[in-house]
Amino acid sequence: MSQQTIEQLKPQVKTAIVDLLYRLADDHLILGHRNSEWTGLGPILEADIAFSSMAQDKMGHALAFYRLLQQLGEPDPDTNAFLRSGDQYRCCSLVCLERGDWAQSVVRHFLFDEATRIRFEALEQSRYEPLAQVARKLRGELKYHTMHGQMNLDKLGDATEESHQRMQDALDRLFPHAMGVFEPTEWDETLAAEGIQPREAELCKTWRSQVADMCAESGLTMPDDVGPIYGGRAGKHPEDLKKLLDDMQKVYRLDPDSEW
Amino acid sequence: MVYPMQEMPLNDKQGDPGYEENLAAFEARVARGDKVEPGDWMPNDYRQQLIRLIHVHANSEICGALPEGGWIPHAPGFKRKLALVSKVQDEVGHAQLLYRAAETLGKPREEMVEELISGKSKYSNVFHYHAETWADVAVIAWLIDAAAIVNQKMMAEGSYGPYSRALKRICYEEAFHLTHGYDMCISLATGSKLQRDMLQDAINRWWKPIMMFHGPSDKESKHTEVLMRWRIKLKSNDAQRQEFLKKYVPKMFNLGLTIPEEWEFRYDEATKEWRYNEPDWDEFLNVVRGNGPASALRLRTRKLAHEEGAWVREALAAAAAGEHVPVPVEMN
Repeated sequence: MSQQTIEQLKPQVKTAIVDLLYRLADDHLILGHRNSEWTGLGPILEADIAFSSMAQDKMGHALAFYRLLQQLGEPDPDTNAFLRSGDQYRCCSLVCLERGDWAQSVVRHFLFDEATRIRFEALEQSRYEPLAQVARKLRGELKYHTMHGQMNLDKLGDATEESHQRMQDALDRLFPHAMGVFEPTEWDETLAAEGIQPREAELCKTWRSQVADMCAESGLTMPDDVGPIYGGRAGKHPEDLKKLLDDMQKVYRLDPDSEW
Repeated sequence: MVYPMQEMPLNDKQGDPGYEENLAAFEARVARGDKVEPGDWMPNDYRQQLIRLIHVHANSEICGALPEGGWIPHAPGFKRKLALVSKVQDEVGHAQLLYRAAETLGKPREEMVEELISGKSKYSNVFHYHAETWADVAVIAWLIDAAAIVNQKMMAEGSYGPYSRALKRICYEEAFHLTHGYDMCISLATGSKLQRDMLQDAINRWWKPIMMFHGPSDKESKHTEVLMRWRIKLKSNDAQRQEFLKKYVPKMFNLGLTIPEEWEFRYDEATKEWRYNEPDWDEFLNVVRGNGPASALRLRTRKLAHEEGAWVREALAAAAAGEHVPVPVEMN
């Protein structure tokens, strides 16, 4: 089967791709924003610098997805990010949750980036070529994110009683939200049938088994009897997102027609 | 590598019988423009002055990250958001480089951080003020970074090798910040009335701290003479201030910005220098002693960040030492 270009897309497939791209773009923007809340306040200077750097990468990756949306006739990246309301956002609840302590941020970073790694590996084979290209292009940066996530899990997972407890608590708290990254949507079948992305449940299964092994190696126990928290992909978000968007959009909205 | 202070030779008149001779050789080296390296003979006063300066400089970078960092969540648009995170990240990186340079003189980072939090050591006057609007972020990135570059370019030619090398790298990055700050100011100055007013209001509030940035006038500065002889510092505070004003006041005027009238700014054609009403240096001293509008908030924020990060530093130290919490039996 040949790869699909924008001109060849059937309307239903295009709608499915747009929906997928919004999920990807919004997840990356909101997580990047959350991680940048550590800039200048990290537990050590080196950790602060690393987190800021990854926050920029995440925002940059979001921008790449918003640009793909723009190519499909959606608004430009700034309008999309800075003028949409919460119920128009399609991010999962994991990225919306407040920054929390370092354990919450590091565990979220680990869970999300492992999910992203597995998804991007699949997207590199996507028959929607513009998306496959972006996935291949971001592979290099993402590799450092997953290395950083795994290293932190490894170091903090069982170093001291307190670090172990904080990391396990964060894992228990965040895991249902992390499963929500793979919330199925009405477009699952279309995307899978068209070879654009595997079904969410399939990606989730791979992620779960790999994450369980990594947690065990770090002295942590992945919760195995909890259900996912869904809603984000349908625009239903925790309260935390409203506060975040109010903060993020407040200057831009003062004068949306001007260049800042 | 950290050099513990107690292992540093006490090179003063009491501690070193050959002090006068060594001092003469040291001063001759410095006068030739040689760089002094960590293991070299140096007068105790030189070591202490450098520690003080580098420590204050590092503190200023880490405290400087706060007023701007507070605006990262509000940055309008992808371009500004990405640039601001990157800039503040650079400032944190500069703090790391500078604490490292100070460590080569015998003062551990942890001790310097503790002294900052307890209010024992100082940081730049400009970071004792609140960043109230987005335009403040633009003014800080343009004019305060510009003023800092004048100072740091000069210090980069100084005699202490590790500090000089750190500053060269810092100046390189600061040049990007300046461009980013200028670009923000241009957008605001050429934007809507709301944006233009916001920018002028920021200038009005920041002009006093900016005028004080290079420190007390030469008539009042107590450290300058010895610092210049040892080539720690190569220009006086007033000379640095003039250099900054000569380059940036015309650029401000070109953007249609004005300097608040009470300064009575005027250009003296005869001396080719700017004249102005002298800042209140008692007020400056009061601010850097921790009595500025945002001083208490800055230290409270840094203290909280430091305390909240304590468990991470302990865990990382334990992990580095190969320690693991024993896994409970039922988990095996």
